Amino acid sequence: MERLRRTMMFVPGNNPAMIKDAGIYGADSLMFDLEDAVAISEKDSARFLVHNAIKTLNYGDIELVVRINGLDTPFGRNDIEAAVRAGVDVIRLPKTETKEDILAVEAVIEEVERKIGREVGSTRMMAAIEGAMGVINAYSIATASKRLVAIALGAEDYVTNLKTKRYPDGMELMGARSQIVIAARAAGIYALDTVYSDVDNEEGFRREVELIKQLGFDGKSVINPKQIKPVHEIYAPTAQEIRKSSDIVSAARAAQKEGLGVISLNGKMIDKPIIERAERLLQLAKAVGLYKEGLENEE
Amino acid sequence: MKNSIGREIPENIIRDWKLYEGEFSMNSTVAKAAPVIKPVYPGESKLLNSIEEAIVKCGLKDGMTISFHHHFREGDYILNMVVDTIARLGIKDLTLASSSLGSVHKPLIKHIKDGVITRITSSGLRGALAEEISKGLMEEPVIIRSHGGRARAIEAGDIKIDVAFLGAPSADEYGNSSGTGGLGNCGSLGYAKIDALYANKVVILTDYLVDFPNMPASILQTNVDYVVKIDKIGDPAGIASGATRYTKNPKELLIAEYASKAIVESGYFKDGFSFQTGTGGSTLAVSRFLRDEMIKAGIKADFALGGITKQMVEMHEEGLIKHIFDVQDFDLVAVESIGKNPMHHEIDSSMYANPHNRGCIANKLDVVVLSALEIDTDFNVNVMTGSDGVLRGASGGHCDTAACAKLTMILSPIIRGRIPCIVDSVNTVITPGDSIDVLVTELGIAINPKREDLIERFKNVNIPQFTIEELKSKVESIVGVPDNIEYDEKVVAIVEYRDGSIIDVVRKVK
Amino acid sequence: MKFVKNATAGSLESNDIRVMVMENENAGIVIELESVVEKQFGKQIRKVIMETLEKLQIDNVKIIATDKGALDYTIKARVACAVYRACGNEEDFKWEVFN
Repeated sequence: MERLRRTMMFVPGNNPAMIKDAGIYGADSLMFDLEDAVAISEKDSARFLVHNAIKTLNYGDIELVVRINGLDTPFGRNDIEAAVRAGVDVIRLPKTETKEDILAVEAVIEEVERKIGREVGSTRMMAAIEGAMGVINAYSIATASKRLVAIALGAEDYVTNLKTKRYPDGMELMGARSQIVIAARAAGIYALDTVYSDVDNEEGFRREVELIKQLGFDGKSVINPKQIKPVHEIYAPTAQEIRKSSDIVSAARAAQKEGLGVISLNGKMIDKPIIERAERLLQLAKAVGLYKEGLENEE
Repeated sequence: MKNSIGREIPENIIRDWKLYEGEFSMNSTVAKAAPVIKPVYPGESKLLNSIEEAIVKCGLKDGMTISFHHHFREGDYILNMVVDTIARLGIKDLTLASSSLGSVHKPLIKHIKDGVITRITSSGLRGALAEEISKGLMEEPVIIRSHGGRARAIEAGDIKIDVAFLGAPSADEYGNSSGTGGLGNCGSLGYAKIDALYANKVVILTDYLVDFPNMPASILQTNVDYVVKIDKIGDPAGIASGATRYTKNPKELLIAEYASKAIVESGYFKDGFSFQTGTGGSTLAVSRFLRDEMIKAGIKADFALGGITKQMVEMHEEGLIKHIFDVQDFDLVAVESIGKNPMHHEIDSSMYANPHNRGCIANKLDVVVLSALEIDTDFNVNVMTGSDGVLRGASGGHCDTAACAKLTMILSPIIRGRIPCIVDSVNTVITPGDSIDVLVTELGIAINPKREDLIERFKNVNIPQFTIEELKSKVESIVGVPDNIEYDEKVVAIVEYRDGSIIDVVRKVK
Repeated sequence: MKFVKNATAGSLESNDIRVMVMENENAGIVIELESVVEKQFGKQIRKVIMETLEKLQIDNVKIIATDKGALDYTIKARVACAVYRACGNEEDFKWEVFN
């Protein structure tokens, strides 16, 4: 069962106070940022800090992501080395335009994995799509490497690239959002939406989360702990959905036990995608404490 | 000698004190003290021209006890002005019995060095004065008393106040004084009312003289000897803020949210319950979440107690809290409310928390939410000294409300900076572990093992739960194990529990 | 590693430590530490700085550190970064120092 990525919290890479506390707020993933959040003169100190934080601090089951500087900067290579050596879960590329960008970073990752004896392929990747070219190439980016777990939208640079700006209703992002979700689904990976900068506008934030959930996104980047709960609440299944999914999973388990090939519930045939969706829903429900292990033998 | 919670109390300072033996171990009757007063006849005036005149007319002599209240907080001018004048008059060897002391009282350092003040009793010590006392400034240890404990000591005659110098935002020429109606209003005069009842001489100092009679009054003319009009009683901005704001700190909010959830699940959250929260940080933010829960469940509180802020007043005015019992106001919204809302009651510190009267209001408290500088694995709480052993806090109403409330919750992060908040043994015990039921941190809660009923109740509750030892281990895995603070033999402060026994001492830092 | 200049890393923010690295004329490591948690962790902080310098194989250096409650992982990172900067960032960094 793939992990939940409802919330990815950005943590500035050169800030020890925030790094230390980042894990207590319940985000599914933490993204330590070596790129935009760090001044050029501090790129090296952020790199050392994040490397050592990941090595030393206990973040439990939270997925740890590092956003590196691009390979076209003096920092990218060293960032990759620092992150892989620290044992990071995922390396996130900024501004990915083509599948070659993915392959170039993957090559460096593999080089470091071999050098230090880390299992090749264990470092996953994530790509941020921040411009028109990236949107056009979304599917080829999403399928460029087996390491890719998600593609994300970076709206600020994207709207600049499109020669527009951000509006409250988000229509200017429609195209990119749809393309990214479609590409992610076709590639079988996750789609993550962009940050919402107005942290004090909870209502506006909730509306955006409802929208992206409807569009099919798996989750959202957040920049402040107070944004985490609303996302988890909105992504939480309803009691009715939980009941239905529980029935489906029970039926599937029962049929499996009896070695039946076809699974049916209430006279209707339920096939694999339906069962998987039901399992995912129960996973989401469990994560917000709405569901506990019942009659099924999961895990 | 060790007291019942294992704190070592040096023999030479025990003198007439009993050692702490339990929250409610003292069971004998209590004789109340009474002041010696001089009658005032018709035609006599109480108005004096200066502080100096008041000191002389009160007959203040070497060795006497003077008292003050701390309702003006860091905006107070009164205490420094009066003690400066006393010093100029050459009076020495006085005991200072202030309900609390703050950073603003730094000038006392000089007066202590000059022998003007030789003994102090207070709830709190802060700033440079506190640091100097920690370094051994005074010969005689400071006696730290809680708000309830101070009231007890005054009523029993342990503190015999010769002259009380009480600042009042408004007063008439006969001494009827109020915490509202002036220029720098503080609202409740709860701590001052006790002094006015028991001191041999009471001097009211005000910067706002109003026509007689200044009614309704917190302090009545029958308890006032003299009235002095001065230029300014204090800095209004320091006396009361405009409005208290909820914290935005995400960690504090997380702790507050866990705390609110714990209250809801505790079994004490029902219609007609009563509670006290803090006045800042997590301990105030709890009320934000609790309010939503109360509205959702249709639950109203019979009363709220304490230090009062805008947040309490708003809940009261929207009908969620029936009565407010107010011993101290923190912002102008609370000050305005005490003046206009009939169910917002001013109470004195004896009614608030004195354990030796016929039943203080804290006795009726269901839930109290308190903070801590440190808490140890026996759940003993320190709110008085930092992790470096230096005095920097106040006893306040902590041990009083903690002992009385049915559910006592301590809110604290597990670490502050690199300083562990959960330790093997706190530097100073203000409140014993027996009074503490639940510790709430950003990681989750730890329930006192003595509360098996709560542990049972929380078995199926969706809040992360740990033993306090587990939390302490987590702390150590993050910050490492701190070195112990080295102390000198000399005792710089005695911590008197609310019942008059010694619960701990503070030693001089090396 | 060879020093080419004095260098600083870190900040005076809460939970951070500012580390200044200077060449030391006399042989040996000199650490000047000012910390908000001197009594509780002064020894530990000096130990971590020393160990990090040893792993970086630095024998002669003067460290001036102002600590605002940094955890060990931060201290190591800041010391390593300051040393790296003092050596002109030229060499391949020895990541083993963080083991």
